[in-house]
Amino acid sequence: MPRRIVVPFGPQHPVLPEPIHLDLVLKDEHVEEALPSIGYIHRGLETLVTKREYPEYVYIAERTCGICSFIHGMTYCQAVEKLVDCTVPERALFLRTIWSEYSRLHSHLLWLGLFADALGFENLFMASWRLRESVLDVLEETTGGRVIQGSCKVGGVRKDISGETLERMRKGLDIIERDAGEIADVFLRDDSIVSRTRGIGVLSREDAYALGAVGPTARASGVGIDLRKTGYAAYDKLSFSPVVETAGDCHARCAVRVKELFTSIDLIRQAIAKIPDGPIEEKPKKNPEGDYFARSEQPRGELVHYVKGDGSRHLVRSRIRTPTLTNLPSLVRMLKGCNLADVPVIVLSIDPCIGCAER
Amino acid sequence: MTQEDQQTTIIEPLHLLGKVEEFRKKGCRLVQMHCTKVGDTFEINYSFDINYEFSNIRIITDGKTEIPSISGIYWGAFIYENEMHDLFGIRFAGMNIDFSGNLIRTAKKNPFADPSFRGEKPCPDA
Amino acid sequence: MSYLSRSPWLLHYDASSCNGCDIEVLACLSPLYDVERFGIINTGNPKHADVLVITGGINEQNRQVVRNIYDQMPDPKVVVAVGICACTGGVFRECYNVVGGIDCIIPVDVYVPGCAARPESIIDGIVRALDILEAKKERMGKPGGTGPAGSPAGGAQ
Repeated sequence: MPRRIVVPFGPQHPVLPEPIHLDLVLKDEHVEEALPSIGYIHRGLETLVTKREYPEYVYIAERTCGICSFIHGMTYCQAVEKLVDCTVPERALFLRTIWSEYSRLHSHLLWLGLFADALGFENLFMASWRLRESVLDVLEETTGGRVIQGSCKVGGVRKDISGETLERMRKGLDIIERDAGEIADVFLRDDSIVSRTRGIGVLSREDAYALGAVGPTARASGVGIDLRKTGYAAYDKLSFSPVVETAGDCHARCAVRVKELFTSIDLIRQAIAKIPDGPIEEKPKKNPEGDYFARSEQPRGELVHYVKGDGSRHLVRSRIRTPTLTNLPSLVRMLKGCNLADVPVIVLSIDPCIGCAER
Repeated sequence: MTQEDQQTTIIEPLHLLGKVEEFRKKGCRLVQMHCTKVGDTFEINYSFDINYEFSNIRIITDGKTEIPSISGIYWGAFIYENEMHDLFGIRFAGMNIDFSGNLIRTAKKNPFADPSFRGEKPCPDA
Repeated sequence: MSYLSRSPWLLHYDASSCNGCDIEVLACLSPLYDVERFGIINTGNPKHADVLVITGGINEQNRQVVRNIYDQMPDPKVVVAVGICACTGGVFRECYNVVGGIDCIIPVDVYVPGCAARPESIIDGIVRALDILEAKKERMGKPGGTGPAGSPAGGAQ
């Protein structure tokens, strides 16, 4: 006679670098229902917007999350730039694009490593993280920071990249591409990975769209939403097509991220080839007034920064809608009906960034 | 760089469900919901997207009136509604999953409705 | 012989960090930095751990969690606060939900500054903590040495 029991999962759990708590309602080994509760990392940083002047808040926005930090800073800047009527110079837009794509590379490699580790594949974890270090080296050389870059500001960017360095980066990409190719092969074809991820945590196309899934979680279920197609920063001058898989299981989500490594490498190459000369910043002429939603594609999906200003140096409201928060309803749906042993892998497959989700 | 055109329509809370249903029929995706405190009133924004076209509707409330939940139309809306409930103290009627204030557990009840900050003084003994 | 500090087991907990320091702690395990050459192993179980590495500041929600983890660790033990948020609360010190640095809940032995702390400085901090761990062990063996877990005298402040 099966009994229903509630098993708490987290907040401190070996597979998760970050605390999230799930109440799993089990019937034997079967998960009947999963309810997330968060709040272990909630800081309430959105309220700081009234304490800091709008150019300073970029630092806070970047520290929403240490993995996608650059894109957080950039999206906040995009939102404020609309309110202060500031046209960002072309070169700055290209530099933002280059740094965004390097951030995506580092974030995806980080996730791939953690995913391999959750599957018990430690060798692959090491290989992914070794490759990630060469991406971080580029970020450190060009911005000064490994994980928190701080190179974006309202009206442009803080640092330029010299032609020589760009050339070196272009050559470095060949090596990154070669090494990524080796890892990709294992992730996509290795028997033990495939058997532990295929058919697990399936999210149908209809569910993904209706539940508002974004990023690789949505694209793995056949929903081809990629905010880079809206043409923010310099993406309107570069060509690419979003990576879409249709299976909707953990393996498809892994495959999307693996294939996006190569999209990112290609985008950086295009950007380096097309980057124009010119200034890298423009001074804002007035204080922010009005409201605007800036959207961008983070490694985890669509990111929305909403800002509202009243004409003073301090904004009235900053709202950060992060992809993990939006993917939580999808996670609840995926966990329904799975086995207890698969829970860690499924939770990890949406690439949860709790620091983002709770702010 | 292309900047999106965005339109915000202010509607009466009475028409909320009908309007949201219209968006769903058009095949829109719920992008986000959030609340902003302006003076003594609260603005609640509902954003939708279809084929990268962004539209936003806004209702204005006093923070005490119960707002009808849209989780019957968009299942995933519960996460935003619970978040607003926990941070701003706005009550929603008929949520499909009600965490009753336990989604984000904070030190202070409804912290965003009346923001305060820690001073620079040393923290009290734990 | 320093049997303890030759193979310390490490427990990492993310208090309310932005992830920046967390991934740098994890990066220490990767081939480039490789803390395993010091015999350090990352464990998920507080009962196995000698070194508690905490990133991020304390908030109202995880106060008790951090306390519990610390209390569960066997003596001798050392605490390393990684990153400026763990040291003082950092940029988030004014947020309503943040209590402050780790040292307002449990005694901290080594403070590693930085935002995010670099892997080199994290390794340096952990290696310094190992000396403190060894000293604590010696004191434990002697009459009148530092008492069991939880006593404030456990921290070298």
